[in-house]
Amino acid sequence: MQWETVIGLEIHAQLSTQSKIFSASATTFGAEPNTQASLVDLGMPGTLPVLNAEAVRMACQFGLAIDADIAERNVFARKNYFYPDLPKGYQTSQMDHPIVGKGFLDITLEDGTVKRIGITRAHLEEDAGKSLHEDFQGMSGIDLNRAGTPLLEIVSEPDIRSAKEAVAYVKAIHALVRYLGICDGNMAEGSLRCDCNVSVRPKGQAEFGTRAEIKNVNSFRFIEKAINHEVQRQIELIEDGGKVVQETRLYDPNKDQTRSMRSKEEANDYRYFPCPDLLPVVIEQSFLDELRNQLPELPPQKRERFESQYALSTYDASVLSASRELADYFEVVAKTCGDAKLAANWVMGELSSLLNKDNLEIDQSPVSAEQLGGMILRIKDNTISGKIAKMVFEALAAGEGATADEVIDKKGLKQVTDSGAIEAMLDEVLAANAEQVEQYRASDEAKRGKMFGFFVGQAMKASKGKANPGQVNELLKKKLEG
Amino acid sequence: MHQLTLAEIARALADKQFSSAELTGSLLSRIEQLDPQLNSFITVTADQALEQAKAADARRAAGESGALLGAPIAHKDLFCTQGVLTSCGSKILTGFKAPYDATVVEKLKAAGTVTLGKLNMDEFAMGSANESSHYGPVKNPWDTSRVPGGSSGGSAAAVAARLLPAATGTDTGGSIRQPAALTNLTGIKPTYGRVSRWGMIAYASSLDQGGPLARTAEDCALLLGAMAGFDPKDSTSVDQPVDDYLAALTQPLAGLRIGLPKEYFGAGLDARIGENVMAVVDELKKLGATVRDISLPNMQHAIPAYYVIAPAEASSNLSRFDGVRFGYRCENPKDLQDLYKRSREEGFGAEVKRRIMVGTYALSAGYYDAYYLKAQKIRRLIKNDFVAAFKDVDVILGPTTPNLAWKLGEKNADPVSAYLEDIYTITANLAGIPGLSMPAGFVDGLPVGVQLLGNYFQEGRLLNVAHQYQQVSDWHKQAPSGF
Amino acid sequence: MALERTEVEKIAHLARLGLSEGELPHTTATLNSILGLIDSMQAVDTDGIEPLAHPLETTQRLRADAVTEANQREAYQAIAPAVESGLYLVPKVIE
Repeated sequence: MQWETVIGLEIHAQLSTQSKIFSASATTFGAEPNTQASLVDLGMPGTLPVLNAEAVRMACQFGLAIDADIAERNVFARKNYFYPDLPKGYQTSQMDHPIVGKGFLDITLEDGTVKRIGITRAHLEEDAGKSLHEDFQGMSGIDLNRAGTPLLEIVSEPDIRSAKEAVAYVKAIHALVRYLGICDGNMAEGSLRCDCNVSVRPKGQAEFGTRAEIKNVNSFRFIEKAINHEVQRQIELIEDGGKVVQETRLYDPNKDQTRSMRSKEEANDYRYFPCPDLLPVVIEQSFLDELRNQLPELPPQKRERFESQYALSTYDASVLSASRELADYFEVVAKTCGDAKLAANWVMGELSSLLNKDNLEIDQSPVSAEQLGGMILRIKDNTISGKIAKMVFEALAAGEGATADEVIDKKGLKQVTDSGAIEAMLDEVLAANAEQVEQYRASDEAKRGKMFGFFVGQAMKASKGKANPGQVNELLKKKLEG
Repeated sequence: MHQLTLAEIARALADKQFSSAELTGSLLSRIEQLDPQLNSFITVTADQALEQAKAADARRAAGESGALLGAPIAHKDLFCTQGVLTSCGSKILTGFKAPYDATVVEKLKAAGTVTLGKLNMDEFAMGSANESSHYGPVKNPWDTSRVPGGSSGGSAAAVAARLLPAATGTDTGGSIRQPAALTNLTGIKPTYGRVSRWGMIAYASSLDQGGPLARTAEDCALLLGAMAGFDPKDSTSVDQPVDDYLAALTQPLAGLRIGLPKEYFGAGLDARIGENVMAVVDELKKLGATVRDISLPNMQHAIPAYYVIAPAEASSNLSRFDGVRFGYRCENPKDLQDLYKRSREEGFGAEVKRRIMVGTYALSAGYYDAYYLKAQKIRRLIKNDFVAAFKDVDVILGPTTPNLAWKLGEKNADPVSAYLEDIYTITANLAGIPGLSMPAGFVDGLPVGVQLLGNYFQEGRLLNVAHQYQQVSDWHKQAPSGF
Repeated sequence: MALERTEVEKIAHLARLGLSEGELPHTTATLNSILGLIDSMQAVDTDGIEPLAHPLETTQRLRADAVTEANQREAYQAIAPAVESGLYLVPKVIE
């Protein structure tokens, strides 16, 4: 039996506003418990919500970025249920009239192809607090600092067909919200949370199978693993004659399995109705027009521009446009050295390794874009060889010089390009290795190749790597020919 | 001193006939002496009141003046008063000393009023008799074997018994106007959004409005002028300047067009009340008003619509009372569900639990369209009726209640019979228009009220008509014997 | 539209109101009498009528994004039934 996986994702993005969506409390992460919980956040009797303009603006920016319908009016609705981290006993969310309607996002798959993922809607809602399950004499502790933080819930169409596609989609959303500056995308801190709706169906079947929801998966890696595991579980269940139950599950990364959430087993009747403390929100066309003008260049456009302007491959362009900071960095390097290909290689190669090794973000890079660009310029003008450049790069990273030139000067790394000097050095090398020279001259083509490398190595050693490799090759060959 | 209205007190304080401290002390003694018969107060804040009175006297000595400077009032116990028990007449708010002041409380404090305490009410404003309070029923000073009306029963009884000159109340389905009618007072529910709901503990968010109860229209104008105004903390608050209600009082009534809805004078109305109402109409005609018959055809559907919308909103508003962050928590909860269920079961009274359940049902899956949505559509029809009517008339007049004050306990067996008492008042809340009740005589020694309904933001007009009527009548000056 | 006991129990559960066996019959009866009052709505023709959610047909005002609330944990928790280390305590929540 051939199976097809169908996945829909619900992503909650915490909007990076200064204050909460309905109250003027701070939203900073990591504060002492309940020190950022105002009367409104605590659901004190008699308190009322007032809507944060910035949350509306950010949601609309997102809507414009995904080419979505943005309705003239949107309405807040109450989602009623009891839970200790929900102080009012209802969550103010949006039901029938969300702020953002249908849109789409194009994602680049591993093989370089582009797939369009539909987005059903995105709506604003308030976040709940946190239950800390540490034992307080057998009780749970509730922290309401997070209660009231604005969330944008982004709902995808069930267009995703594999765990890898799902990850690509989440990465694209992650990049987009960071590009727009509306969310910091920190999954570890919970700024971006992902619920995965997973179902399977026999290939060719039109109807969807019953789906299970995996709640709150908080890393790209776990998303992939959780989905893969769930797909396996469902297929095995069905093949064994069982039925998939529509339920909510949690992914346990330690055991690499999903399990049913006890507390959500009973079907909840949320009794949605328009919140009577809030009025319908009007979005004017003029407001949207101005927002549209203020939109930064978004990942798909940037990728396309990188491909055409810098003649990069789709893959390279995708990697370099993945984040706004990386894209900006790359462009400064490319501009400084005038060679996009070299810039791309260095950024995706050496720089990337350095950052990964030390777990740094691009904006924490010890080598600035100007520094790197300046260094590449010196490769291009033959001041240093590519090999020496690696040493210069490391020196810059270690803070041993403000510019590539300073490092090259300090360490005397300038490439030797004077043929006379190189010849003289080669003569010395050959003289010091007379036996090998004779052997070389006595050998055939095949054996010569390997032996040639020996002389190159000696020459490099003698010149402390500074001799221009191209010239060394050329002159060495001549001399060895005799 | 206790016979004086707010307006008279203002003049007396200005003339230094007595000080606010003296007046306050005198009223506090009166309350101590007489309130046990009425049970209108839940909390008397004697020490604070005297401090506030002294402060007001000091402000006056320093040259400040103001019609409410040093005026003694009290608040219905659903307005949050910082540091003071705010109970909403419920056990579930036991120990709830509000951590902040309601906007209405703040504004009246700023105007220099002296708060004598917190007034009894139907639990969470749900009731028309003030019999559902955890703190016991309130008695009508006109006949202490009868109800004073509700839910602002404490406010009404206290003012009617001259324990204080005026009080704040709230009105969701008639809870200012109906008790005013049953206790010979003037009370006004302003246009929805006129008075801030910040700190006014919510029953039904799209219907609730705060307003004054007093013995005269003039006093209501005074108090409402200080209560009303835009509040950025309340999204439903209207950003419109407050009219000068005092100035509006003196406008002559010549040319006033009064509408009498034919649906008002049907089978359910006590005929004697109807007679009193028509007598008022005659007086107003003498003052220059013209009268015509109008129709409010959807009026009969108001009660079912109200008893879906209000409980639905309440069922959600009252979910925050869960024993977690404030208020009553049951003893030794064995798990989370037990905490919720027992705290709420033990903390809420029967009527509140009934309405929460009706509201929960009306919003539940499969019933939303037939109940909640249907009620909202009827609400639109009721509003449309008023919009049409106000094209031809300035004020709609009728009885405030279909019956006189009933005996305590009389309607306990059948809550629905109490609901039907709201027939005249409820439409104003559904449509959001302002409504006022004023004294219109007596039947069998019990007060009768006439209701005036106006177009949006026509509070001034309503107060004007009432004030002019009170210049040519003296029902409003009568006091219950023994008080 | 009369309610059965089981429905009343479900409603009580949704509203987290404890309801004892003893109370159930009376509660069911009273609720049904209220629903009887409400059911008269069904006779009204509301075809094509837009629901009215708010009496005044205005729209939502927006607030500038600024932090103006300060930490008042001590004051707010002074009235709480059970707190420890700044956290509100509830019976353990099992997930």
